[in-house]
Amino acid sequence: MAATKDSKEQKYDRQLRLWGDHGQEALENAHVCLINATATGTEILKNLVLPGIGAFTIVDGHIVSGEDAGNNFFLSSDSIGKNRAQAATELLQELNSDVSGNFVEESPDKLLDNDPEFFHRFTIVIGVQLPESTCLRLGMVLWSASVPFLICKAYGLIGYMRLMVQEHTVIESHPDNALEDLRLDRPFDEFKSHIKSYNLSIMDKKDHSHTPWVIIVAKYLERWLSEHDGQPPKNYKEKEAFRQIIREGILKNENGGLEDEENFEEAIKNVNTALNPTKVPTSVEDLFNSEQCNNITAQSSSFWVMLRAVKEFVYNEGSGSLPVRGSIPDMIADSQKFINLQNVYREKAMQDAAAVSKHVESLLQSVGKPPESISEKDIKLFCKNSSFLRVVRCRSLAEEYSVDSINKDEITSRMDSPDSEMVFYLMLRAVDRFYQLHSRYPGFRKSLRISGAF
Amino acid sequence: MAEMDEPMVVEGGCGGSCEWEGRWNHIKKFLERSGPFTHPDFEPGTESLQFLLQTCRVLVIGAGGLGCELLKDLALSGFGKIDVVDMDTIDVSNLNRQFLFRPKDVGRPKADVAADFINSRVPGCHVIPHFKKIQDLDERFYRQFHIIVCGLDSIVARRWMNGMLLSLLVYEDGEVDQTSVIPLIDGGTEGFKGNARVILPGVTACIDCTLELYPPQINFPMCTIASMPRLPEHCIEYVRILQWPKEMPFGDGVALDGDDPEHIQWVFQRSLKRAAEFNITGVTYRLTQGVVKRIIPAVASTNAVIAAACTTEVFKLATSAYVPLSNYMVFNDVDGLYTYTFEAERKENCSACSQVPVDLHFPPSSKFQQVLEYLTESTSLQMKSPAVTATVEGKSKTLYLQSVASIEQRTRPNLSKSLKELGLTDGQELAVADVTTPQTMLFRLCFTS
Repeated sequence: MAATKDSKEQKYDRQLRLWGDHGQEALENAHVCLINATATGTEILKNLVLPGIGAFTIVDGHIVSGEDAGNNFFLSSDSIGKNRAQAATELLQELNSDVSGNFVEESPDKLLDNDPEFFHRFTIVIGVQLPESTCLRLGMVLWSASVPFLICKAYGLIGYMRLMVQEHTVIESHPDNALEDLRLDRPFDEFKSHIKSYNLSIMDKKDHSHTPWVIIVAKYLERWLSEHDGQPPKNYKEKEAFRQIIREGILKNENGGLEDEENFEEAIKNVNTALNPTKVPTSVEDLFNSEQCNNITAQSSSFWVMLRAVKEFVYNEGSGSLPVRGSIPDMIADSQKFINLQNVYREKAMQDAAAVSKHVESLLQSVGKPPESISEKDIKLFCKNSSFLRVVRCRSLAEEYSVDSINKDEITSRMDSPDSEMVFYLMLRAVDRFYQLHSRYPGFRKSLRISGAF
Repeated sequence: MAEMDEPMVVEGGCGGSCEWEGRWNHIKKFLERSGPFTHPDFEPGTESLQFLLQTCRVLVIGAGGLGCELLKDLALSGFGKIDVVDMDTIDVSNLNRQFLFRPKDVGRPKADVAADFINSRVPGCHVIPHFKKIQDLDERFYRQFHIIVCGLDSIVARRWMNGMLLSLLVYEDGEVDQTSVIPLIDGGTEGFKGNARVILPGVTACIDCTLELYPPQINFPMCTIASMPRLPEHCIEYVRILQWPKEMPFGDGVALDGDDPEHIQWVFQRSLKRAAEFNITGVTYRLTQGVVKRIIPAVASTNAVIAAACTTEVFKLATSAYVPLSNYMVFNDVDGLYTYTFEAERKENCSACSQVPVDLHFPPSSKFQQVLEYLTESTSLQMKSPAVTATVEGKSKTLYLQSVASIEQRTRPNLSKSLKELGLTDGQELAVADVTTPQTMLFRLCFTS
C-alpha cells in the first residue's frame, strides 16, 4: 500500500505547485495532535490529512452523542456510544492511506495530570472547545516545550482561533508581490561592464528594439547621473523628465514617426519601480537587530546562523545590500540578450552566496560545530529568499490571561468602534469564565449528563 | 457500499438509521431561538428545519473541490434534497482535496460518486447526481430550485449560469417579480485565495456587472513564442501551439490532451530541446503540465473556507433567520489571514442584467471585423466566439458564425465588408449568441459620422 513517489506527485500535484517539495516534506514530517474530535476539530484535521501530514493523534475522552453524530461528517450514527477519538480516527484515516492515524481515549486534563510530556512529541497541538483552565495548563506545558498550540472555538456563527507559538521561522515565504532585485541604483561591477557592452546609438534597428529595458534604463540613468551631480531622479517631476528622455531614445522611421519599440515602452513603464533604492527591508533589519541573531551559540538553529552570516555579508562584501537574488522578470528582448543579462545576475548571486557561506563556516567553527552542518544548498536558498524571511512570534497564553498585562485603555476604545471584534473577544472570555464557574455553558436549559466528560 | 448501475432511488424513510435523538440539536439552536444575530423579521419555530429537511431544493453546480465541501456542509446543515451537476470524471490529482473520492473511484463520474458518498454517510439526505454539462440542462430543470450554489472553475460557465437565472426572471410593469428570483451563491478559489458572493438575479449585482474584477488571462505574444523565447514557459507554448499542430505526433487531427501523460511527455521532451537551443533552463515535467493544462494550484483548506461561507449563505436565505452577506467576500491566507467584504454594485448598462440593449457605436464605413473585435476585446463583454445575426431587408441573415466550419467559410468574406455594404442601418438590432450566455443578446447599432 506504500505510495510510490510518482503516484504521490500525481496526487499532490495541485498543492506542490503552492508549497513545493520542501513544503511537502515538512508536512510529511509533521505529527499533529487534535484534542476533541468535534465537528470543528475533524474539519481541521481533514484539511491536514488530505494534503498528507505524516501522522495525527486525536485525544478525546468523550463518548459520541446523538448531537455529535448529527453535525460531524467523520462520525456516523453507528459511532453513537463509542469513544469519539476512536470513531473519528477511523473515518479520517480512510481519507488518505499515506497518513498514520492514532487516538488516545483520555481527557487532556488527565494526561496533564499523569503524563504532560506526552505532548512534547507533537509538531503542533490543536485544542478545540477546551475550557479555560485546560487551555492555560496545556499552554504552559507546550510553551516550555516550544510546541505550537492552536486554540479553536466555534459558537454558532462566531469562530475563534488563537495561535500560540514562541518562534516560528520561515525562509520560503512565497510572497505574492515581490519587488524585483535589479540593483539599478547601485550596479555591481559585472553589471556595469555588461551595460558598457551595449552602445544604443550604433545598434541596428532589430537589436535596438530587442534590448532589455533594464539596460535601457541603466544607460539613461548613467547619463542622468553625470548631468545631475550623481543624483538620481527623485520626485515625480524628475522621473517624468527621465521618462521623457527615454522616450526620445525611441527610433524614428522615415516619416519622423516613432517606431514600435515595445522594450522602450517597458522601460518607461518600469521607471518608477526601477529607481527604488536597493535596501534591506525593515523586517529583515529587525531580524538583524534581534537577540537570536547577535548571540549565536551551539544551540542556535541554522536559520539564525545563516541570518547572522547574511548580516555579516551586508556589513562587509555586500556594502549595505543583501546578497543579489539572481532572478529577473521576463522582458521584451531577444533570447540571447535576455539570457546574457540573466546570467550576469545569476553569477553575482552565486558569488554572494559563496561569500555568505564563508561567514556561515566561521560562525559554525566559533561555536564548535562542523562546517557541513549547514549545506550549500540551504545557504543558496536562504540567500535567494533573504528579502522575504519571516519570523512569527506570539505571546504566551499565561501572558494574555495575566491581569498585569491588561491594556484597559486600548480595549475600551476599541469597544466603541462598531466594526471592532473586541466585543466578541470579551464575550468569548466571559463564556469560558461562566463555564469555569458553573460547569456548563450559558444557554443550556437542561443539565447535560455526558459520561466520562468534565 | 454496493456497486450500483442505476442511481439509488430512495422513497421517503430509510429505516431507523435516519433519525436519532439529538441529531439536529445544533441546527435547532439556530432556528428555534432568537438571538443578537438573528434577522429582525425572524420568528423562531420548528417549521424552518422541516422546510430544509423535506421541501427546500438546492442545486450544487460542480462536484469538485468546492462541490464536495458544499455537499457535506449542506447535508449536515439539514438540507435533505440536493441535486448536483458535474460533467467530469475523477482524476488522481483530485484526491488531495475532493474528499468524497477514493483511488478506486478514478475514472468514474464525480457527480455519481459524490452523491453515493453523501447519501451513505448522511442518512435521510437525498442527493441526485447529474453527469452533464450545465448547458445540457434547460430552464425547466433550473426553475425547480429554491437556491443555486456554484463551485465552478470557469468564468464562462459562471456567466452561463448567471444568464440562465436572468432568463427565468418575470417582469411586471418594469419590476422584477420576486418569486421568479432564484438566488445564486457563487464561490471560487485559487490556491490560497478565494471569494464568495450572493447574487439575487435582477436585484443585486450579477456576474457580468463585475466582469472587470477578474484578472486577464496571461497569453504570451506570438513573436516571443515563435522566435524569441526567454522563459521555459515560452518553450512549452512553442511546442503546444506550433510544433504539435505541425507534427500531429499521435495521428492526424488528434488534439493535445493535457490529461494524457504520453502527450505531456512528448511536449516535455520537445520543450527541453527547444530550451536547449536558446540556453534556457527550467523546463520540467511539472511545469510542462502546468502550462499545457493551465493548471491552477489548489488545496483543501481554501475550498473548505469558501464552501462553508457559501453554505452559511444558503442556510440564511433558506431560513430567513440571519442577515445574508451583502454581497462579495474575498479571502486570502497566503500571508497570515485576510478577509474583506464589500457590496458589489449593479452596472447600469450591464450587458447581462440591465435589460438595456447595448449600443454599439461605429461609423458605417467600419469593417464588420471591427464589431467582432469589440465584442471579444471589450472588458465588459469579453465574448469568446460571437455569432451575429441581423434582419436585413426583412430577412434574417447570419453575418458571421465561427463554430460551424461550412458557415464560417461562407460568412468569412463579411468580415472585411463595411457595415454599409452589408446592408445594415442606423438603429439596427443585432442578435449575438456566445458561450458566455444561454440567451441571445441584443445590441443596437448606432452609426457615428
